[in-house]
Amino acid sequence: MAKIPIDIPEIIKLFGPHLNRVPSGGWVASEEDDKMVKTHCCFCGQQCGIQLRVRNNKVVGWEPWEDFPFNFGKLCPKGVKRYMQDEHPDRLKFPLQRVDGKGFERVSWDAALDRVATEIRRIQAAYGNNAFALLTGASLTNEKAYLIGKFARVAVRTANIDYNGRLCMVSAGAASKKVFGIDRSANPWSDIPKAKVILVAGANVAECAPITTDYLWQARENGGKLIILDPRLTPIARNADLYIPVRSGGDIGVFNGMLHIMVERGWIDRDFIAEHTTGFDQVADTVKKYTPEFAAKIAGVPADMIVRAAELWGPAPTSFLLHARGIEHHSKGVENCMAAINLVIASGRIGREGCGYAMITGQGNGQGGREQGQKCDQLPGSRDISNPEHRKYIAGVWDVPEESIPGKGLSAVPLIEAVHDGKIKGLLSICFNPSVSLPDANFVRAALEKLEFYVNIDFFLSETGHYADVILPGSLMEEDEGTTTNVEGRVIRHRKVVDPPGEAREDWKIVCDLAQRLGHGDKFNYRSPREMFEELRIASKGGVSDYYGMTWERIEENNGLFWPCPQPSHPGTPRLYEGGKFGHPDGKAHFIPVEWRPSAEMPDEEYPIILTTGRVVSHFLSGTQTRRIGGLVDQYSQPQCEMHPRLAEQLRVHDGDFVKVESRRGSVVVRAQVVKTIRPDTVFVPYHWPLDRSANNITIRAIDPVSNIPEFKICAVRVTRVEQPHDAIAELEVQAGGVR
Amino acid sequence: MIHLEVIERRDSVQTAPQVCMHCEDPICARVCPADAIKKTLDGVVQSSLKPRCIGCSNCVLSCPFGVPKYQVEIDQMMKCDMCYDRSSVGKKPMCATVCPSGALTYATAEEIQRTRRGIAINSWKFGDEEVRTKVFVIVPREVEQVNIKLVQISGTPAALHQDPYDVALMLEAAK
Repeated sequence: MAKIPIDIPEIIKLFGPHLNRVPSGGWVASEEDDKMVKTHCCFCGQQCGIQLRVRNNKVVGWEPWEDFPFNFGKLCPKGVKRYMQDEHPDRLKFPLQRVDGKGFERVSWDAALDRVATEIRRIQAAYGNNAFALLTGASLTNEKAYLIGKFARVAVRTANIDYNGRLCMVSAGAASKKVFGIDRSANPWSDIPKAKVILVAGANVAECAPITTDYLWQARENGGKLIILDPRLTPIARNADLYIPVRSGGDIGVFNGMLHIMVERGWIDRDFIAEHTTGFDQVADTVKKYTPEFAAKIAGVPADMIVRAAELWGPAPTSFLLHARGIEHHSKGVENCMAAINLVIASGRIGREGCGYAMITGQGNGQGGREQGQKCDQLPGSRDISNPEHRKYIAGVWDVPEESIPGKGLSAVPLIEAVHDGKIKGLLSICFNPSVSLPDANFVRAALEKLEFYVNIDFFLSETGHYADVILPGSLMEEDEGTTTNVEGRVIRHRKVVDPPGEAREDWKIVCDLAQRLGHGDKFNYRSPREMFEELRIASKGGVSDYYGMTWERIEENNGLFWPCPQPSHPGTPRLYEGGKFGHPDGKAHFIPVEWRPSAEMPDEEYPIILTTGRVVSHFLSGTQTRRIGGLVDQYSQPQCEMHPRLAEQLRVHDGDFVKVESRRGSVVVRAQVVKTIRPDTVFVPYHWPLDRSANNITIRAIDPVSNIPEFKICAVRVTRVEQPHDAIAELEVQAGGVR
Repeated sequence: MIHLEVIERRDSVQTAPQVCMHCEDPICARVCPADAIKKTLDGVVQSSLKPRCIGCSNCVLSCPFGVPKYQVEIDQMMKCDMCYDRSSVGKKPMCATVCPSGALTYATAEEIQRTRRGIAINSWKFGDEEVRTKVFVIVPREVEQVNIKLVQISGTPAALHQDPYDVALMLEAAK
């Protein structure tokens, strides 16, 4: 019965998002702190080191952690203001249940957990085990990601568990796995400043991975050249040596065009290709027709930009490729990444100092979150759930019959489609806000309403939580402990800073209690996250992402350890592929030819403009946390539609006018921001906001056939000038989905 | 107490953080009728002293860098004091510690020389007025002084002359 129980403005009055501007205890400088805890930011995959200041079991402030050898004390606005999520008036402190027409009422933990267990069993008895699904998150620690994957397979016994890394890292991961045999950034960040040419493809580094900016600028100070591919001139593009304003979905034109020129001019490493790779001839054949002129048509840029890119990249002594969601959020996301990576292996510049490749992982534990078995197709240690030997090994670790482990389940988008189709009747979500973050949000909301039972574990009531039958108050990152794996593949320690407030509990305790009520308590007898890590070590042993040699102590002593780390004496592996040894059984990198093909929805007469979506520096993902922090909302308060003055003139729109951005699926009404820093055929709307301000009302529910990542970066829209809306949602505060 | 200026969002994504430059001879202090603005022996210009500040905003109007801000709620001028509580005990100012791009940095002359292509200068000219500051800016090697003519102060045209960041013009650019 997952329907919103009362009007949305009424729920928002009670649960926010409200803005917090003052830390616990007010602005007091003179009092001594009880302690200062070295830990990491809860937000993006950079996982910057930070120290949190504690007084009376409350986070009251922070200090930079200048010794941590990744960010060296540096932070972005989200990191600086993150402590404002502690002691927040919106914090969920008690279990709640939905009461139709009244909202949500407080219940005891026993009553809430009993009801969840009963509903899971009822739904599974009536419709089959797979009719109950789990949606989880890549902000969970490794320990929790491991636990929830095991919980789904061992306690709930459903195949249908997937995570919101599906919206983030799966295209990059799949491409890396296909080409290199390993899904991880190949190099530590310390290699970036040593590269003489850096290609950044589809990454708004300054806003989405701000700390990495310093690494790029260091490279430039060392004389390195910077090439940026993006339909928008982002803050790092402004200072690039070559900025290519590629049409969204046209990236393969640039990559194949560059490789075409490199082959033609002999800027490829034939010895390396012969010794360490397979499949180059086929790729060379494929790029033959990608002359600069042909490539330029696909990319939507002048041909000489592609030539210039090849001239910079081709003969460089050292080079580094960075890519992110800009090329990955496509129905050909994996192909985009492979075409980019082909430039790396054709040059032979990988696996040594200043030479390599990295994907810029988006979510806090985007790397570790995809290794520990919460993906629909994976078991811990990046093992394949369809591989009999992998299944057998994990069945041994879990002490369950191999046949009891379900097979491959549905990934996030098909999973929501199965909910819409009535095939999945029950849902547990943790750390996932699909009504804001999945594409085609109107469809997602309609799907949620069809659930017979929905339980939501979270620390704030997200917009998806509005649909919940039961809400279980979980823990913030700083209220629990464990490890995450950062953008470099470095496993780091998150320390517990304070206790969860009220009756809120550490997420893992909630999951273990549910497992016990489902009759599998014996497999979930953990007394601490450390015990989960010890089991995870064994589960990952011999896998691709091998953590076996790590202990929490070793991780702390070394300021993080890079996987694979197969033995307690092993120093970890900061740089992969040294000596040209790749992760496939044949030890080689596999070239895979890629042909450009159109995106799922191209602009046409009816919907003539390209919409692309993305982030702004002061907000994170669906905004559940950052839309509750005053300073961050002040910095960027409501979504705007960026458009070029030429397009604005055609549409008779002035800066600040309200516009309706509309696709075949839905629309938003937001203010126009007229800027010259975007392609005239493209508009941009950031996606952090809910309801009538959700860019995902517009986006298309098309996914990559391999990675199943949604195509957030291109769909067809039309844009019209409208009057300011004054309905009940528009009148909400901006952080809740209103407009001003 | 530093502020971030967006130069002209329509034309560019450029931003500029403005910290107090800590003038050797701070004009804000010289024009203060209440003698509320003091410079420490190590050359750091402080916020106004609460018992003395009369909120007249002379300092706000006189500073060529636009640094001091009058705070209505507390009827007092506040400005960047190089995080004196931190920098006086050997720590870096907070802005230079957390700046994710190194645009703001707190380092020795040797470190700057080693890590940057440009050079650091602290000499300014506003019209006929010469100003030397404790804070340096990094400029191309051939520049010796930042020289801002009065005509620029009275009104810099909103649009950049060649429109270097107009994506439409880039796409049209022929060989």
